[in-house]
Amino acid sequence: MSTVAIDLAGVKKSFGDKVIVNELSFSVARGECFGLLGPNGAGKSTIARMLLGMISPDAGKITVLNEPVPSRARVARVRIGVVPQFDNLEREFTVRENLLVFGRYFGMSARKIEAVAPSLLEFARLESNADTRVAELSGGMKRRLTLARALINDPHLLVMDEPTTGLDPHARHLIWERLRVLLARGKTILLTTHFMEEAERLCDRLCVLEGGRKIAEGKPDGLIDEHIGCNVVEIYGDDPHQLCELIRPHARHIEVSGETLFCYTPYPDQVRVKLRGRAGLRILQRPPNLEDVFLRLTGREMEK
Amino acid sequence: MGESFAAVMPANAYNWIAVWRRNFLAWKKVALASILGNLADPITNLFGLGFGLGLIVGRVEGTSYIAFLAAGMVATSAMTSATFETMYAAFARMDAKRTWEAILSTQLTLGDIVLGELVWAASKSVLAGTAIWIVAATLGYASWPSILYAMPAIALTGLVFASLAMVVISLAPSYDYFVFYQTLVLTPMVFLCGAVFPTSQLPGSFQHFAGLLPLAHSVDLIRPAMLERGADSVALHVGALCVYAVLPFFASTALFRRRLLR
Repeated sequence: MSTVAIDLAGVKKSFGDKVIVNELSFSVARGECFGLLGPNGAGKSTIARMLLGMISPDAGKITVLNEPVPSRARVARVRIGVVPQFDNLEREFTVRENLLVFGRYFGMSARKIEAVAPSLLEFARLESNADTRVAELSGGMKRRLTLARALINDPHLLVMDEPTTGLDPHARHLIWERLRVLLARGKTILLTTHFMEEAERLCDRLCVLEGGRKIAEGKPDGLIDEHIGCNVVEIYGDDPHQLCELIRPHARHIEVSGETLFCYTPYPDQVRVKLRGRAGLRILQRPPNLEDVFLRLTGREMEK
Repeated sequence: MGESFAAVMPANAYNWIAVWRRNFLAWKKVALASILGNLADPITNLFGLGFGLGLIVGRVEGTSYIAFLAAGMVATSAMTSATFETMYAAFARMDAKRTWEAILSTQLTLGDIVLGELVWAASKSVLAGTAIWIVAATLGYASWPSILYAMPAIALTGLVFASLAMVVISLAPSYDYFVFYQTLVLTPMVFLCGAVFPTSQLPGSFQHFAGLLPLAHSVDLIRPAMLERGADSVALHVGALCVYAVLPFFASTALFRRRLLR
């Protein structure tokens, strides 16, 4: 068995004149959590759907779990679990019925589904909701059910398109914790996200996308070291361009986005000294994160 | 193109059953309302037109008008229940409910889904058609054993109209377009195909045209069965209905591929 779970080589896709994915290549090892990070419209969902054979590339080669995609995507999908961006659970069915119906799509017998359902419900923390209709579940519970449903065929690979978008922080943390359990069990996860925090916490490696192009790839802390490698001071509350001139001597690099000034500097104390006495300024000093990497690479903040 | 089209065809002979069972489970939850809703319209027509108009019309083709109409209503209800199940319920599963999207992330193909939906819609036709047949048989307008001949014809009618409606929903941007198919195709078909009056009443050229329409073949199979008469050209009618069921299946699957799997 190959150690590579997903391999893309020179993949291109356009809809009409619009280029959605442009010469994209990356590879995901088995057992790895790989993130596709980018703003809305970066091509993340298109890539996720291409891996499942739901969209055919115009050019390039895709291999998923050793199967060429899309030609043998159906065979690959037997060993893939999918968490789609938009809930497509059966709203009128109970939690248990959702698992039953979905298991049958994989050719599983009712007996087999009943045998695995309790552990999936436990995993998704839905034991006490087994007979609740999906329409009555909270957003976080629905997402966890979608996750449980994606595991019914005991997949090697999970493809998750924005798994925590629209969830409150508590529900999001619970999903993250569940995903770490899956990684510990050796599952491979490909997830798309526009949450930097999600990418930093979960992903072993990630690929930063903009406009369908890969603009960076690597481990989260590696990317942060490589592209930033120093402290960040966020300043707002005054004309950022004026402030810019003031602190430039002490900064390695400065970005202005909207009314906020991002000062990348190994000498944050000297920057603070420069700004002392200026009324109404809010100053926040923090370690660098992927948000800064994205800003550095694209000159703009990722929309939240 | 050929290879990728093969990839969306049914993967095997039984995958579609999982789709049928999904729809059956959903239907069970609302079965009573669904049955009543499906029956009210054709039964109202049967009694309203059958008794009311029947008084004026007298005998038609050697039988009472209501007995003549009963076969037409069985065929028509098979047609409408398969059409409506596909146009509204299957369209919702394909579009707003994203049910098909969920299924496409499993080992089923688009062809498996379409086939499961077709057989499901045909099952609902069997239910609706048979229910009206039972009403007719109870009142003595059809013989009990005739169900053996009528049922396969009802099922085939359901497949045909589900299949045709599948093409409509594969092309329609939204629900708003279905009304054209209803008013411009289905309603005229009821009057052209001998469901409510004999086609011999139509002008000659209309008769030839009507003979090509799927509902005419259904009526020509179901009416002789219910009235216990020998049916003419059974092979022709069955063959024509099979063509009407199979060709739109391939056409709609190809169209769904373009719509859903770009």
